[in-house]
Amino acid sequence: MNSIRLRLFLILMLATGFVWLSGVVWTQYSTRAELRRVLDARLAEAAQMVSSLISDRRIDISEATDLAAGPQPNTVSGYSHRLSCQIWSLDGTLVGRSGGAPQGRLAGNVTGFANTMVDGAEWRVHTVVNADLGLRVMVGDSLAVRNRLVSDVTKGLILPALLILPALAALIWLSVGRGLAPLNRMAGALAARDASDLSPLETPLRDELRPFGAALNGLFARVASARARERDFTAFAAHELKTPLAGLKTQAQIAAMAEDDDTRRHALAQIQTSVTRTDRLARQLLDLTRAETVRDDGASVSAATVLHEIADDLARMAETKSVEIRPEIPDRDGTVIGDAALLSVALRNLLENAIQAAPEGSVVDLSLHRDSGNLRIAVKDRGPGIAQTDRARATERFYRGADAGAQGSGLGLAIAAAAAGRLGGTLTLTPRDGGGECAILVLPVTGT
Amino acid sequence: MRVLIVEDDATLGDGLSVGLRLAGFTPDLVTTCADARAALDTDDFGAMVLDVMLPDGSGRDLLASLREQGVDLPVLMLSALDQVRDRITGLDAGADDYLGKPFDLDEVTARLRALSRRSEGRAQPQSHWNGLTLDPSRMEGQLNGAPLRFSRREFAILSALMDRPGAILDRAALEDRLYGWQEGVESNAVEVHIHNLRAKLGTRFIQTVRGVGYRLAPEGAP
Repeated sequence: MNSIRLRLFLILMLATGFVWLSGVVWTQYSTRAELRRVLDARLAEAAQMVSSLISDRRIDISEATDLAAGPQPNTVSGYSHRLSCQIWSLDGTLVGRSGGAPQGRLAGNVTGFANTMVDGAEWRVHTVVNADLGLRVMVGDSLAVRNRLVSDVTKGLILPALLILPALAALIWLSVGRGLAPLNRMAGALAARDASDLSPLETPLRDELRPFGAALNGLFARVASARARERDFTAFAAHELKTPLAGLKTQAQIAAMAEDDDTRRHALAQIQTSVTRTDRLARQLLDLTRAETVRDDGASVSAATVLHEIADDLARMAETKSVEIRPEIPDRDGTVIGDAALLSVALRNLLENAIQAAPEGSVVDLSLHRDSGNLRIAVKDRGPGIAQTDRARATERFYRGADAGAQGSGLGLAIAAAAAGRLGGTLTLTPRDGGGECAILVLPVTGT
Repeated sequence: MRVLIVEDDATLGDGLSVGLRLAGFTPDLVTTCADARAALDTDDFGAMVLDVMLPDGSGRDLLASLREQGVDLPVLMLSALDQVRDRITGLDAGADDYLGKPFDLDEVTARLRALSRRSEGRAQPQSHWNGLTLDPSRMEGQLNGAPLRFSRREFAILSALMDRPGAILDRAALEDRLYGWQEGVESNAVEVHIHNLRAKLGTRFIQTVRGVGYRLAPEGAP
């Protein structure tokens, strides 16, 4: 049941029906009780009256029975309610009975009220014993008539209800529709929005819709800021790619117009370096996007394996710079990191940075330690280190220190920091004792 | 003409240096705003090619502060930000021209020639003196209808003299035009180039002012 309107309608209808039915049951019960009280009182009164009349001997016993039964056939109402009276002697002979009274004895040897079966019908009987005359006066009426009275009262309640029900249903249906109108207005305002419109909802909202509207506005704000970030990033990335492209074009033009071989060779060599660097930039842009957005399922590879892989991968790059990568990784470390791909991305960028910063013939140390639920991976070089003034902004995207060589894209540390964050860890950059930079990744361990 | 290139990308900086040298300019390359200021303080440049995004700040801010200090050097701004708005802010910061990356090397040199021409108050691309017509875009000349070709340095000296005919330029000023920082100055290079120019233009086209320097002979004199 997807429609709130239908749902509300059914709930309201069921509730109304239930209340109505309860009313009917209660009315029936209370009517029955009240009727019994009133009619019982009348029975007792009539029996008492007959008993006292015959005691005074004002009337003959045989006539007394008709007094209690009241006027003959009541034709006005369908209830033709009549009391029946029998007078029995204490020894069990019928002394007299009223006109409409049944042949059978109305009650046994009891005093007061009793429900009895007489000639196959149920009766309510009140018996009074007149000890002076040795008589038993019984006045009763048929329960069938009483029941018909009660059921007629109930019918009188249910019948109009059945007639009113369709009208009530229509009213509820319309009211629910009207009640839900603010929701429809809100939906309309949202549906009419342009995809680029992320401004807050301005429709005045009802109390019940306000948290909903606030949540939506919060979402809009978050989406807008994410989108702005994305736009800035794209603009920046385009800018960062255009500069190497300009370099490539210029060098290509020089190669084409150079008259001597040296100039041409120089230009071609420049083109090759630039292509390598631009390729790295493109890879880093993808890395960054991956580190910031993609949620990997995380292959369960141990951190040590990842470290070895990266060190092997970058060995050639280090070799061309005459730099040695010296991994210090415990052999049997089976520590598993949440997402091996993210760790690999972070580490590759840190190590590339270190190799680029390292002076020729120096060593880049790569180590892995485990302490109290954390994994500490350190990459240390003997390069110039990050300038004090650049330290605060070192992990900003595209931020290049003033002293940084022309090699960097300004993305490496941003990628490493983003990847570390996604892994639930941190990246800290500190000056190394004795010169150089020390990058430490502290990551929570997910399993061994 | 000495041109200061301020560009932090190694490949592009190198390309501009080589390209401008091939086109007859004498370029010097720096990669930061600070270095650019230092270079402008110590040397005399004919023009500047300035990148906007530099490691230690914005080229736009550098230019604005230079203009405030009264530096009226022609400046060609290069930027990857080449939206109309970026061009406007660049030009308003004091740039004389603006080129978006990536650009054509020939366009850069053509614009630099135009900038230097304008800064010297000329509108015509060629300069004329005593029957010699000099075409900077092709580094060629014509003397009374006969085509002449010059080496890069010969052309640099000749165009320096032609820029202000009659003015005396001393050896240091000419060397300054010829050599960037990376190039070692050969002791008698200027004399050698003047000698070669006289062989092509006639001995009296360039006059030696004893103890001072060189100048073009007055018009109608040779």
